[in-house]
Amino acid sequence: MSELQQEPTAVQGEGRYVLGDPIADTRAPDSPVADRWSDRKFSAKLVNPANRRKMSVLVVGTGLAGAAAAATLGEAGYHVKSFCYQDSPRRAHSIAAQGGINAAKNYRYDGDSVHRLFYDTVKGGDFRSRESNVHRLAEVSLNIIDQCVAQGVPFAREYSGLLDTRSFGGTQVSRTFYARGQTGQQLLLGAYQALERQVHAGTVEVHPRTEMLDLIVVDGKARGIVTRNLFTGAIDTHLADVVILCSGGYGNVYYLSTNAKGSNVTAAWRAHKRGALFANPCYTQIHPTCIPVSGEYQSKLTLMSESLRNDGRVWVPKERGDDRDPNSIPEDERDYYLERQYPSFGNLVPRDIASRAAKNMCDAEHGVGPGGLGVYLDFSDAIERLGRPAVEAKYGNLFEMYERITGDDPYEVPMRIYPAIHYTMGGLWVDYDLRSTIPGLFVGGEANFSDHGANRLGASALMQGLSDGYFVLPTTVADYLAAGPFDEVPQDHPAVQEAVDSTRARIDKLLSANGHRTVDSFHRELGQLVWDQCGMARSKEGLEKALDRIPSLREEFWRDVKIVGTGDGFNQSLEKANRVADFMELAELMCLDALHREESCGGHFRVEHQTEDGEAQRDDDNFSYVAAWEYTGDNQRPVLHKEDLEFSYVHPTQRSYK
Amino acid sequence: MKLTLRIWRQASPEAKGKMQKYVLDDVEPDMSFLEMLDVLNEKLVIDGKDPVSFDHDCREGICGSCGMVINGNAHGPQQYTTTCQLHMRHFDDGDTIDIEPWRARAFPVVKDLVVDRSALDEIIKSGGYISVNTGSAPEAHAIPVDKVSADDAFDAATCIGCGACVAACPNGSSMLFTAAKVTHLGLLPQGQPERQSRAVNMLTRQDELDFGGCTNVGACHEVCPKGIPLATIAQLNHDVLGATLTGARSD
Repeated sequence: MSELQQEPTAVQGEGRYVLGDPIADTRAPDSPVADRWSDRKFSAKLVNPANRRKMSVLVVGTGLAGAAAAATLGEAGYHVKSFCYQDSPRRAHSIAAQGGINAAKNYRYDGDSVHRLFYDTVKGGDFRSRESNVHRLAEVSLNIIDQCVAQGVPFAREYSGLLDTRSFGGTQVSRTFYARGQTGQQLLLGAYQALERQVHAGTVEVHPRTEMLDLIVVDGKARGIVTRNLFTGAIDTHLADVVILCSGGYGNVYYLSTNAKGSNVTAAWRAHKRGALFANPCYTQIHPTCIPVSGEYQSKLTLMSESLRNDGRVWVPKERGDDRDPNSIPEDERDYYLERQYPSFGNLVPRDIASRAAKNMCDAEHGVGPGGLGVYLDFSDAIERLGRPAVEAKYGNLFEMYERITGDDPYEVPMRIYPAIHYTMGGLWVDYDLRSTIPGLFVGGEANFSDHGANRLGASALMQGLSDGYFVLPTTVADYLAAGPFDEVPQDHPAVQEAVDSTRARIDKLLSANGHRTVDSFHRELGQLVWDQCGMARSKEGLEKALDRIPSLREEFWRDVKIVGTGDGFNQSLEKANRVADFMELAELMCLDALHREESCGGHFRVEHQTEDGEAQRDDDNFSYVAAWEYTGDNQRPVLHKEDLEFSYVHPTQRSYK
Repeated sequence: MKLTLRIWRQASPEAKGKMQKYVLDDVEPDMSFLEMLDVLNEKLVIDGKDPVSFDHDCREGICGSCGMVINGNAHGPQQYTTTCQLHMRHFDDGDTIDIEPWRARAFPVVKDLVVDRSALDEIIKSGGYISVNTGSAPEAHAIPVDKVSADDAFDAATCIGCGACVAACPNGSSMLFTAAKVTHLGLLPQGQPERQSRAVNMLTRQDELDFGGCTNVGACHEVCPKGIPLATIAQLNHDVLGATLTGARSD
């Protein structure tokens, strides 16, 4: 770097955005952190049971957060409508979570406590999350396990009949409850069954194969949604007193991710365009243990649960470009680089660190498999130590899945793994009550930004989804509804009509392009660009390149996309195009957010900001804030609102897992 | 690999469908079955033809969205494997592959390979749960569950609701699906208070829908990607019998 460049320069990306007013209040009570949630629950207004059935709630998404919120609000007696794009609420993507769910039960008596879970989560998030929210999450974790057990979720048990736990990345206690490698499935089925029970009771109406395409805002309040019926193509409106978005994350912006193919940002993005701030879009999580890409046709990536790192050892050949059969590489020619670099956490370092270490090894040409994009995850020691039956009992289904996909038997040959996009910590900005900046619009689960800071710890997504859905939203939504019911919105209200008309116009525009390229080909190109420039490592130069390219790619998309068929009926290409169009816009905000954040933290790694040994280097003096972006119009500069983060209980330090 | 595909094409629920032939000559063995169909669809779209509609989502074998009858077998030739987890290395160069939707009266075709499986949600709705409101749960360790029951309950709970059992059954019965849920909840102490009424209500609802009756053929278990044990059906029958003796039913 030349002398000249070291002079104080303007903030990166300035000129691409406008600095707005800071966010002053997150509405968390002003009491000690351990009392805040109790205080908030007590101060929350209640709604008379007789009045509840007059009030209507829309819940978009039926994952853990959405299904749990809809079921619980239904139990309370509100009139709830629940929406999902899948053909059944039971298929929402929470179902694919494997490893487990954290709770500070301290059943192991290994020093766990609510405060330790709080501490681990704030630290794991690289000091970019809100203490108030995280503490509540840790408190509520206790109730979640109780609730799920009562519903019949078949958690793993010991011979005593008591619940088993295991350890997970980023912690030194064993607090992760699990149901083999299918914890997400079992928790989601519990929530889905609770939801169906309310359908039976008549409090909840489920609308499957129905996708939200716009938010209806009337007199500054969220009052409904515009949907497309994916069977018939019908554009409908649903009006209500409150709207809750639990529509998941935006990892599919990268095209290849561990998300389900249909996972999308559309509901959240359209709410953003109607005025909800979008926070920290550049905080994305790369999961270290996924099955590597096998070819051009690859449509998605498959995760192997992080729990595998409990017993699997990660290594690469010491010699560059060593392409011998892994079993024939002698012990002293293997580099167990995580154990070497991080002796105290070893293979259990947090996800961002494990991912980056794998990338560094591959960049240094120690990678294995096609293209050198892979590292070994080896179970031979575990099989020797525990015996094959014990390993099978713990990880059997994961091993089978690996073999099914790759054709290799991991009992015999080490697995090959590589990092992939898995989760997005960013999302719609919410206050302590999970209210967005649009009154009447609440956001839960992965769709909000609230609890994980710049990096999420393993087994915390399920915890957050269920915390928001079962326990937080029902309290805070009731508090909001206590001021209702609000005046009925007539169907012919101009705001309703405008939302319907613009939704129709957008679909017509997509269908009329009749160009030359498929939706997937655009999505792949966008995904590759974002992965290269805003993936595991980001640089000013790369991000600027992406910011220059994305608008022209977007323009090409609208001009040259080819969708066969019409909007009147089942049309999967049209569904995809609608989603990709929004990813095209989100991608630009992600890159801008990454460019403006001149530090490294958690999953956001700027190559310009690293310590001498290559760890993320935060800049707490200048960047200890949440970046909440305001939409100001297509191709207009967004406005940045900063919410300063305060750390009164967990003092920010350089994270160290050595 | 070069493959000839014969795929069921049906434009809408009312339209008449037929098998349509396609030839693909650049199939890689490491592709998944659905990625092979993606390749076909990309070609169809470029040619201005309607791509083949099929349900899929997680592509990890857990969401239960995908499902097609491949060469007469629900989910294809590999045992314990959903369509999305089936890879082309299990086929040979030059093969002809027939691809059809689930065929059952309770699952009307929506388009091509997509069917409407909402009848399965109807069965769960009629009693496939433990009635516990949020916030009313006792401390988790207050309910110990012996490991054997917990493991057996888990085996039944792994059902992904794909509907392959119904597609494979000559009667179009959803007995294995219903029995899996009845067994999962009925083996746990938490599920005892509603055990008999749950079994009766779910079975009654199943019979009211367009599913056929169970005659213990066992084809359901053979195609089940999660290997739900056939013994769950015995468990369901046991609970229903118990209910007839006690008269349990809640509605």
